[in-house]
Amino acid sequence: MNLFKLSWKYLTFRPLSTGLNIFLLALGLAIITVLILIQDQFEKKMNQDAAGIDLVVGAKGSPLQLILSSVYHIDFPTGNIKMEEAKRLSSNRLVKKVIPLALGDNVQGFRIVGTNHDYLSLYEVEFEQGTAWEEPFQVAVGAEIAKKLNLKLGDEFTGSHGISVGSHDHDQHNFVVSGILAPKGNVVDRLVLTSIESVWYTHDEEESEESETSTDSLSMDPYEMEHEADHHAKFHEPVSTSGFPDTDQEREVTTLLLQFRNPMAAIQLPRMINSGTSMQAASPSFEMSRLFELLGVGISLLQGLAVVLIVIAGLGIFIALYNSLRERKYDLAILRALGASRFQLVILVFLEGILLTFLGAVVGIVLGHAFLALVVNQSEQNVVSMLNPWVFLSQELWIVAYALSVGLMASLIPAWSAYQTSIAKQLTKA
Amino acid sequence: MRFQTKSLQFAHPGQPKLEFPDINLSAGEFLLILGKSGSGKTTLLNLLSGLLKPDTGQVVLDDVVISDLEGQQLDLFRGRHIGIVFQKPHLIAALSVRQNLELAHFFGKKQGQNLDQLLQDLDIDKKAKSAVMTLSEGEAQRVSIARALANSPKLILADEPTSSLDDENTEKVIHLLKSQASKIGAALIIVTHDQRVKSHISQFIEVKTP
Repeated sequence: MNLFKLSWKYLTFRPLSTGLNIFLLALGLAIITVLILIQDQFEKKMNQDAAGIDLVVGAKGSPLQLILSSVYHIDFPTGNIKMEEAKRLSSNRLVKKVIPLALGDNVQGFRIVGTNHDYLSLYEVEFEQGTAWEEPFQVAVGAEIAKKLNLKLGDEFTGSHGISVGSHDHDQHNFVVSGILAPKGNVVDRLVLTSIESVWYTHDEEESEESETSTDSLSMDPYEMEHEADHHAKFHEPVSTSGFPDTDQEREVTTLLLQFRNPMAAIQLPRMINSGTSMQAASPSFEMSRLFELLGVGISLLQGLAVVLIVIAGLGIFIALYNSLRERKYDLAILRALGASRFQLVILVFLEGILLTFLGAVVGIVLGHAFLALVVNQSEQNVVSMLNPWVFLSQELWIVAYALSVGLMASLIPAWSAYQTSIAKQLTKA
Repeated sequence: MRFQTKSLQFAHPGQPKLEFPDINLSAGEFLLILGKSGSGKTTLLNLLSGLLKPDTGQVVLDDVVISDLEGQQLDLFRGRHIGIVFQKPHLIAALSVRQNLELAHFFGKKQGQNLDQLLQDLDIDKKAKSAVMTLSEGEAQRVSIARALANSPKLILADEPTSSLDDENTEKVIHLLKSQASKIGAALIIVTHDQRVKSHISQFIEVKTP
C-alpha cells in the first residue's frame, strides 16, 4: 500500500464521476490536439508544396482557386491560357524559370498533370522504379497512387475527363507507367505526372474520333491512312523535357509555375500580368496566408470551445474532489490516527487531482489522434488525406503540462481543507 | 513498558476546565475509563493518543513524552506505538479488508504483525479480500481492532468499542482485545459506560464533571 495506490483506489471507487471528469477533460484536450496537429501539418505541407514557386499564372478568376488548383491540386482550375501568351511571358527578363502545367484529367480521382521534367526537379523527386516519361502517354505515378491503384511498371490505364471521378473515359489511348516515384510526403505523392503532349493528344484523339464517327468510317481513303500513320509516328517522338513543347498548332496550357529572377520581379511582374495580359498572377504565400486568415475564425472558435470544456472539466474535478473530501473527512482523520502526517494527506489529494487530469490528458491526446485518423481514413483523395494522424508533436507535451496544472489548481482548495482537518474533532463528532 | 499521565487538564473553548485522574499502567495491564456521557471520557482518550494537547500535565509512554511531540513526529509515533479502536469501525470503504490493514503498516512505516495471521486470529481471514461494505457490524469492528493491532502497538486505546454490538459480539470483542493485548504485551485502555464490559476488567478510573 502506498499513497499512489490509495489515491487510485479512491478514484476507481467512484468510477462514474471519475469517468465523466476524465471524459470531459479528454474532449477539450482532444479538440486542442486535433487543432495542433492540423495546423502544424497543414502549414508544413502548404509551405513544402509551394516551395520554389514564386508566382502562379493562369486564366482570370479567383486567385485563391488558381493557387489551390495548380499548386496543391485541390480546387478546379480556372481555365486555360494561350500558349503563345505564356511563351511571351517566359521570355520576360524578370522571369527566371517557367514550368507549364496542363491539367484537367484524372485517373480514378487522382489528377493527371501534364508538365515537363522541371516539375520533377522542383520537388526533387526520386524514382523508386523506372524513369521519367520520354514519349507521349508515358507517365510517372506518385507513391500513394501506385499503392492505392496497385500499379507496376508497364501497367496501362485510361484517364477520364475532368478532375473528379465519374466523367467519361478517354479510352482511345492508354497511359503506360514508365516510372514510380518514391514517397516524399508532399503533393506529388498523389499526382500522375506526364508530358503536356500526352494531355494534348488525349483530347485531340477525342475530337478526331468525333469527326470520324460523323463520316463513313468504312471509306478509308489513302489520305486518312497516311494521316493515321503520321499520327502514330507522332506518338513515338520524344517529348520536350524543359520549357514549352514544340508545336506548330495553336495550343493551350492551364497554368504556369513561375520563379522570379530578382526581388524586383515580385513588385513588377504581378501588376504587369494582371493589367497587361488576359492572364492573372497569384502569389502562393499571399493567398495561403489569406486562406489561413479566413480559417482563423473557425479555429479560434474551436479553441474557445476547447478552453470552455477544459474549464468545465477543471471545475468538475474540483467539485468531485471537494465533495468526496467532505465525505472523506472521517477517512482522513483515520489516516492521521494511523500515523499519516498532514503533508501526506495533502499529497494524497494532489495525487488524486493529478492522476485524474493525467489520465484525461492521455485519453484526450489518443482521442484526438484517433479522431484525425478516422477523418483521414474517410477522405480518400482530398487534402485531409495527406495528413498523418500518428505524428506526435512536442506541443502535445504542453497539453499534458496544461492538464496537470488544471489538476493542481482544482486540488488546491481541497488539499488545504485536508491539511486543516482536525482529527480529534472529526472523530468525536460521531 | 510503562504508560503514565500526570495531572492532565484540558478545557474545551468556552467550557469549564476538565481535570483527569492520573493513570499508571504496565505492559499487559487493562484499565477501564468510566463516566457519564459528556463527562470528558473521549477527551481524555484524545489526550492519551496525542490527538489533543493537554493544557497542563504530561502523557508519557516509556520515555517519550507524547504531549510534547509535534507534527509529523507525533503522527508517526502514534501510528507506530498506539493502536486506536473507535466507537464506529471507520474503515476506508474504497479498500478491501486486507488493504485497510496494510494502510497501518504504510503510514506507521513499520512491518508490524503478519496480517494473515492477525486476520485468522480475529476470525475474519475469509473476508480478507472483501469490500468493507459487505461486512456485518461485528465483522467490521473486528477489522478495526485488527487495524489497531497491525503495528503491534505498546498501547491500545478503545473508545466505546461495544456500544453498537449485541451481547455475543461484545463478548467476542472484549475477549479479543484482552487476548491480543496480552499476546503482544500492550497496555489496554477501554473507555466505556457499557455494563457488559465492566464484568471483564476490574481496574478502572472514573471521570467526573467538575
